Amino acid sequence: MAETGSLNMIQALGNALEHYLERNEMAVVLGEDVGHFGGVFRVTAGLQEKYGSARVFDTPLAEAGIVGMAIGMGLGGLRPIVEIQFADFIFPAFDQIVNELAKYRYRSGGQYAPQVLIRTPYGGGIRGGHYHSQSPEAYFAHTPGLRVVVPSGPYEAKGLLLGALECADPVIFLEPKRIYRAARGEIPLDYYTLPLEHARLVRKGEDVTLVAWGAMLHTCQEAAALAEGEGYDVELIDLQSIVPYDLHTLVRSVTKTGRMVVVHEAPMTCGFGAELVAAVQAEAFEHLRAPLQRITGFDTPFPYSLEDHYLPSADRILRGLIGTIEY
Amino acid sequence: MAGPPLFSILNEDGSCEDAHRGLLSDDEVRHALDSMILNRILDRRLLMLQRQGRLGFWMTSRGEEATILGAAAALLPDDPIFLSYRELGCLLWRRIPLPLIFNQLIGNSRDLCLGRQMPIHYCYKEWAIPSVSSPVGTQLPHACGFGYAAKLRNTGQVSLAFCGEGTASEGDFHTALNFAGVFSTPTIFVIRNNGYAISTPESVQTAAESLAARAEGYGMPGYQVDGNDLLAVVKVLGEAVENARSGGGPTLVEAMTYRMGAHSTADDPSAYRSDDETAAWNRLDPYERLKRHGCWRGVWSDEEDATVQTSWDERVTSTLAECERHPPPRVESLFEGVLETVSPQLEAQRDAYLADHRRRQRDEFEVP
Repeated sequence: MAETGSLNMIQALGNALEHYLERNEMAVVLGEDVGHFGGVFRVTAGLQEKYGSARVFDTPLAEAGIVGMAIGMGLGGLRPIVEIQFADFIFPAFDQIVNELAKYRYRSGGQYAPQVLIRTPYGGGIRGGHYHSQSPEAYFAHTPGLRVVVPSGPYEAKGLLLGALECADPVIFLEPKRIYRAARGEIPLDYYTLPLEHARLVRKGEDVTLVAWGAMLHTCQEAAALAEGEGYDVELIDLQSIVPYDLHTLVRSVTKTGRMVVVHEAPMTCGFGAELVAAVQAEAFEHLRAPLQRITGFDTPFPYSLEDHYLPSADRILRGLIGTIEY
Repeated sequence: MAGPPLFSILNEDGSCEDAHRGLLSDDEVRHALDSMILNRILDRRLLMLQRQGRLGFWMTSRGEEATILGAAAALLPDDPIFLSYRELGCLLWRRIPLPLIFNQLIGNSRDLCLGRQMPIHYCYKEWAIPSVSSPVGTQLPHACGFGYAAKLRNTGQVSLAFCGEGTASEGDFHTALNFAGVFSTPTIFVIRNNGYAISTPESVQTAAESLAARAEGYGMPGYQVDGNDLLAVVKVLGEAVENARSGGGPTLVEAMTYRMGAHSTADDPSAYRSDDETAAWNRLDPYERLKRHGCWRGVWSDEEDATVQTSWDERVTSTLAECERHPPPRVESLFEGVLETVSPQLEAQRDAYLADHRRRQRDEFEVP
């Protein structure tokens, strides 16, 4: 029987990186403080010691340079794995990601396809204020040529990261830092991958489909348990892959429940929930029994002192679920 | 553009010291002249084509050929050149077949890039030419990353990137040179300082006398060179390339040159440059200087020059005609190659569009 271990998400991600560096000698890890120090969240701890400072290394403090250099490394046959210290700091690299990385395969007619994966901790709930809390998935989801993946627990984090590293496309891998240490599970220590593009059915239910990703999945689990106490049966889906996304699983669920609530931390307007709501209503219109709803962060910059009001809470989600079911 | 005296090799009569004669072989001098002639024919013809509405866009490189060809000449064939956009000469030096260049410019079905970019956004992997993009300077950190890969993989390659003096103001310029310095990558950065970023003179880009002087701040050597003197460019870049290949790290080279034409088919340089200035630079025309050198060496003549002109002129005419006959890319190709496989979202969009497209084609066909 395969060996398992009790790992939190940080350990699971580190374990995945170690497996990958071991398997693919073209793989390199670069970013700020990822080398000797092992990353500010310790995901890359011990990797430089094991694989050397040519393959696991600290860079100057310049996100555009890190991503730009990684693209060149990809063009030169390496398999760079980038860490951007916080997703809030990814924007200096936005041009390199959107105009270069995302378009390279397409614009070269497939002659070059740099395989670059960018890992970055994202999301709120850690008293991080504007610049250590944002959820930028919608910016990247709106750029053809990128994949955006968000794990919600250690098992998913390891399997999806390795799945993303096996995939030939550029990937923005968003790690929900609020549950970095809180989410712990018994997971296989051997190499395994999870398929990208598959949403995960977390909980079966009949009354409403609840969709979330990352840390919000856990808040939604609480909300679903509270709803159960009040006699409502919630079906919970972890989207996992933001783009491309698994519309099929959502439509199948909504065809059954007739209702959908999407939850995310990012602001509502033009958030990824808008895309899901639009796509699901087009496919499941005749089965709908209530307007599709979004419960999200507000259209404000991410706050500091009032973050608990900004972030969707289990209670706010519960009220949204009941409102939808009772519509 | 006053500055320190430039490093030049070619004398006014085309002669040079014996010690510098070997910088290029006779064949290489002939190839450079041949490439310059073709480059100028293309500049003339494609500019005309653009004016006739047969080509979307063109950018001439007249005046800067020595810098561009010199860089290509200093490299080995599999050393990647990260182009800015005005470096057609590198393609010609590497003998990329003319039809492949025209197919890109036209964006037809035979374009290796499937008609996905505007003219001059070249990409020829087989010739180690990565893809050109319009945002300036983005290629500079790529060259640094490629150099890192070459070093780690021990391929012996040196990467070279071009940019203009205007691009030296971009953040990517700074990060690329800083990273290259820190990681000691085998990377050469060439600034084509042609005096103007579209209409904006160099004095608006920097208060410094020299861009090459920035090299010191990045911990690498920096040189200015007469960018209209092919031999001088080859000497300076050749030494930089050799240094990089033997583990000595990156170099910044600022080639002082002049764009004799407009920035692109969308501007008129007489609005921002004086006739006197242009006339002064015309006297330093890199093609005329190299031609005098070829004649001095005894490997070129006015007769041969004329023959080569005629021969390229004819080939350009016939090749263009041939390439213009190719149809545009298949409509289906619009949806391919965004990711390695077509996403379910795009698949749905593609199927709906193509069904509609085919219906319209059928309708058109059926109407008498």
